[in-house]
Amino acid sequence: MTPLLSVQDITKTYGARIGCTGVSFDLYPSEVMGIVGESGSGKTTLLNCLAGYLEPDTGQVIFDTRTDGPMDTVTMSEPERRMLGRTDWAFVHQHASDGLRMSVSAGGNIGERLMALGNRHYGSIRGDAMNWLGRVEIDTDRIDDRPTAFSGGMQQRLQIARNLVTGPRLVFMDEPTGGLDVSVQARLLDLLRGLVREMGLSAIIVTHDLAVVRLLADRLMVMKDGHVVEAGLTDQVLDDPQHAYTQLLVSSVLQV
Amino acid sequence: MIELKGVSKSFTLHNQNGAVIPVMEGASLKVMPGECVALTGVSGVGKSTLMRVIYGNYLAASGQVLVGGLDVAQAEPREILNLRRETLGYVSQFLRVVPRVPTLEVVAEPLLAIGFDRQVALDKAANLLVRLNIPERLWTLSPTTFSGGEQQRVNIARGFVHDYPALLLDEPTASLDAKNRETVLALITQAKARGAAIVGIFHDVDARKRVCDRQVDLSNFAPGMAA
Repeated sequence: MTPLLSVQDITKTYGARIGCTGVSFDLYPSEVMGIVGESGSGKTTLLNCLAGYLEPDTGQVIFDTRTDGPMDTVTMSEPERRMLGRTDWAFVHQHASDGLRMSVSAGGNIGERLMALGNRHYGSIRGDAMNWLGRVEIDTDRIDDRPTAFSGGMQQRLQIARNLVTGPRLVFMDEPTGGLDVSVQARLLDLLRGLVREMGLSAIIVTHDLAVVRLLADRLMVMKDGHVVEAGLTDQVLDDPQHAYTQLLVSSVLQV
Repeated sequence: MIELKGVSKSFTLHNQNGAVIPVMEGASLKVMPGECVALTGVSGVGKSTLMRVIYGNYLAASGQVLVGGLDVAQAEPREILNLRRETLGYVSQFLRVVPRVPTLEVVAEPLLAIGFDRQVALDKAANLLVRLNIPERLWTLSPTTFSGGEQQRVNIARGFVHDYPALLLDEPTASLDAKNRETVLALITQAKARGAAIVGIFHDVDARKRVCDRQVDLSNFAPGMAA
């Protein structure tokens, strides 16, 4: 089987400071991988390099495109990368306001990616938007409201709808449940799990919340100071951590 | 179906002065289809540890752990996940579920994950819940609110809903009343009859005698205790 995403030796430094270094892994279709580590460990830098928001100093990010097979997204042209960002890739930001257009209606937010792909029929775009609002559990009569009128949890769900409407194959998520209260978190996790299974999505989720990765991720990568210190099956890494840092991380979780 | 060759396991506690705790050495075991093998030995001898090593939840330090031809000790995460979906079931002592998911869905999930038709999966799940005496009015609730015995039975239903060719049972009859215990023993006997290879931990001696074909005493593999 061809990996959907093959990452080879990604390094990104900020001057003399290391963002992340020597990261390699293969992600297969419908696999969900979690990246955990304390803040400053290079999780987000890595995610941004993978998603094309940052240019890595060295390394390759090879994505199995629908039309042309495996291509290195680091060296591909900007228009090609943007096209990928609108079709096969999706990015769910930690702060919904970074991923939404706050001054455009909820329906407009969902419709944007569809229109970018050439959809022009207002009725069908609105229909899709209605359908997706329902799937992310937002009342469809809120379709003409702006996200500024939504709660944090609703904004996050709207961001997910906006991203998934075009049926991407790979979703990058940066702390998708960060800053939400626990009841909203549980609902969002449940929703994400369902969508991942229904749509056969692959996803890379950056978080510092070990409970989130236990629920969502098949595999786990643990980062410290820009290095990957441990990787493996999620429950194995959490229940039988091998590296000193992972043991510290796991034993530091507060019991409820 | 399940074969262990020279498996050892130790825990290194880096944050406690790098203490190394060896728990198992040279463990070997072979379970044929249709056979049920009981792991025995005093508490702390490593029965649950060995189960977790077979399930891929703990990393073996050395040796081979073959389940249906796959070496779990060396396999990629996706290979292990696939093995768990299709081949290897595990009934642990604890139920771990996503909040808010109804009991019926929790039990049907292993079938949905391998692509069973939704209605067929829910029907099979409902059947098992009836057999295990979980009242129908509880099916739409999340099992997180259930009593210990009820959770244990939901866990068992989940482990038996798919006909796994290999099964790990960690004290399946603990905290069950006589009637439910009989049902579980019947489920185990049925699984054996269809050819499942089973490794189990049974503190219940009578249950062990009734369903297990052999016993393996793990103190033989305990470091420093072996003859």
